[in-house]
Amino acid sequence: MSTSLNREPTDAAVSMTALAGSAGEEERIYVATQWQLIWWRFRRHKVAMIGGVVTVLMYLVAIIAEFLAPFPVEAYSAKYLYAPPQRLYLFDREDGLRLNPHVFGYTSTVDAIAFRRTFEVDESQKIPIRFFVQGEPYKLLGLIPGTVRLFGPVDKTQPMFLLGADRIGHDVLSRIIYGTRISMSIGLVGVIISLTLGILLGGISGYYGGRADAIIQRIIEFIRSIPTIPLWMGLGAALPVDWPPLRIYFGITVILSLVGWTGLARVVRGRFLSLREEDFVMAAQLYGAGEMRIILRHMLPSFMSHIIASITLAIPRMILAETSLSFLGLGLRPPIVSWGVLLKESQNVRAVYSAPWLLTPALAVVFAVLAFNFLGDGLRDAADPYSR
Amino acid sequence: MLQYIARRVLMMIPTIIVVSIISFVIIQLPPGDWLTTYVANLEAEGELVEEDTLAALRSRYGLGQPIHVQYLKWVRGLLRGDFGYSFAWNAPVANLIWDRLLLTVVMSVSTLFVTWIIAFPVGIYSAVRKYSIVDYVVTALGFLGMAVPNFLLALVLMVIAFAWFNQSVGGLFSPDFIDAPWNWARVWDLIKHLWIPVAILGTSGTAGLIRVMRANLLDELNKPYVVTARAKGLRESRLLLRYPVRVALNPFISTIGWTLPALVSGSTVTATVLNLPSTGPILLQALTSQDMYLAGSFILMLSILTVIGTLISDILLAWLDPRIRFG
Repeated sequence: MSTSLNREPTDAAVSMTALAGSAGEEERIYVATQWQLIWWRFRRHKVAMIGGVVTVLMYLVAIIAEFLAPFPVEAYSAKYLYAPPQRLYLFDREDGLRLNPHVFGYTSTVDAIAFRRTFEVDESQKIPIRFFVQGEPYKLLGLIPGTVRLFGPVDKTQPMFLLGADRIGHDVLSRIIYGTRISMSIGLVGVIISLTLGILLGGISGYYGGRADAIIQRIIEFIRSIPTIPLWMGLGAALPVDWPPLRIYFGITVILSLVGWTGLARVVRGRFLSLREEDFVMAAQLYGAGEMRIILRHMLPSFMSHIIASITLAIPRMILAETSLSFLGLGLRPPIVSWGVLLKESQNVRAVYSAPWLLTPALAVVFAVLAFNFLGDGLRDAADPYSR
Repeated sequence: MLQYIARRVLMMIPTIIVVSIISFVIIQLPPGDWLTTYVANLEAEGELVEEDTLAALRSRYGLGQPIHVQYLKWVRGLLRGDFGYSFAWNAPVANLIWDRLLLTVVMSVSTLFVTWIIAFPVGIYSAVRKYSIVDYVVTALGFLGMAVPNFLLALVLMVIAFAWFNQSVGGLFSPDFIDAPWNWARVWDLIKHLWIPVAILGTSGTAGLIRVMRANLLDELNKPYVVTARAKGLRESRLLLRYPVRVALNPFISTIGWTLPALVSGSTVTATVLNLPSTGPILLQALTSQDMYLAGSFILMLSILTVIGTLISDILLAWLDPRIRFG
């Protein structure tokens, strides 16, 4: 694996000694695989580590969304349209201080002129909140049935809107948690499609060069010179309205990947171009290794880390793109719940002004994108453990 | 140099042809032909459509004929300045797009310049005072700027303006000037309104450019020629601006190629949120109501404009940096 180790080992050792800790561990560096070197270098990058942990946690949220969300995704109550967020109290002060997480209920009055409900906190209605409560039954990932939810009101019919409610009376917090699944996965699926295209076309471009390279480079330049959002809008609007949600989801992902692959293709091509000249590739050729074997066995491992870093930086762009498209109403549509679809509720300034909590899904977007960017930045720095 | 420009302009032609094909495909994508939809809509409103008009439209756009004939008819129309007919607006597309395209260009170009004016000094400072507090703050803001979607910034700004100043920030003109003919007062009015979309659009671009500028300058600062100049006793500020900054400036020109498409993209979303009289809202509206000639023309023109912008940036870059001209 550590194919490039034959290149100036002393220099590498000098710079790596600092990474691995004490000077006595120099031995370890010489025998370490490239992945170990990358890991040592990455570990020193604190912000990237945090980004990585947050990313993993968000995917975890996506997987066990049903368990984490206090209410089912389609649950709503007409009594609590635009109910503001409740404050969570951890302690009960009535008879001494004791731990009793609770929120207060609402009393609502209907404003006959504006046709709106206004909500007041009703301190007499205490709604206790506990971990691992019995909630509405669900099927985790559509497979494993369960009724226990991580937290929620002890009496599941009582209102708990920690991040407020939307136009229809959905719990915003629950829907953000469900939205994680679509928003985080659309980036992943989109990147897999882009990666396939990128490795294939970028690989051909870089390995064979010549005319194939010229044509592919023209195509990439062309795609990069069109403004993407108008193009996506056009293609998104062309998806038939009567498609089932799952097909729309894949349609949008494919549309996003049509543009996304170019960046990855460039990275792959650049790596191929530089690796083609390396001694170890020549050695493999002289040894009589087949073309596929050289690519897969010798070249791929040495630029895998770069590809992983580029992927990590491509995912947040996909997430942002999906959010923008769905926000405009040309991407995913209800009943699919993604952060962008949730944000569509806040398109109107008056809605945002009177119910600013409708913007909270945007915080999830910013959070996810930041985590990915930090992680990707750290990975990119670590991807080449022999650089300074 | 002339040879380079000629080669570059020739390379643009296939790109524009491909762009036109894509726009045409987008026009054709919705199921059924638009004329049928149009007639159905009119009849639903109780209006009668004359057979003659229909026949004229059908032959004008070559409906019912093979797809390549339709495409050629469409392109021939384009070359004569006929972009087709908008059924939602009941007007020729050509009457609708130019004003809006102009505003989009004004918005994108001013954002580009504002981005440069801010990114240039901040990038230099960030590189020279690496790991200072300012550098950290700028880096943090840079990451945030890249992570916050444009429309969110637009929404937040609008809400703030609405809540605290009780004014609407949408639009690019004061009510008095919306339909006024172009004159200096109107231009001034535009400038007064332009800063909000420019600020929103510029955030992510500025953040990105600062990063690029900082990285490039950091690479240059370690080069031997900088040490030589310093050893000669050149004043630090003069040394900096004279040599490394000049080399590090290249990204400002060379990134136009991808900044411009990004700006046009961003302005589409931002303009929709702010409801600006540029291409964004009308494109969205055209797409949702399947007013495809209008939508296709916008996509075509926006793409052509960015291709031209990229061309200009390439020529500028070649002029600044001989290595590209002869490379």
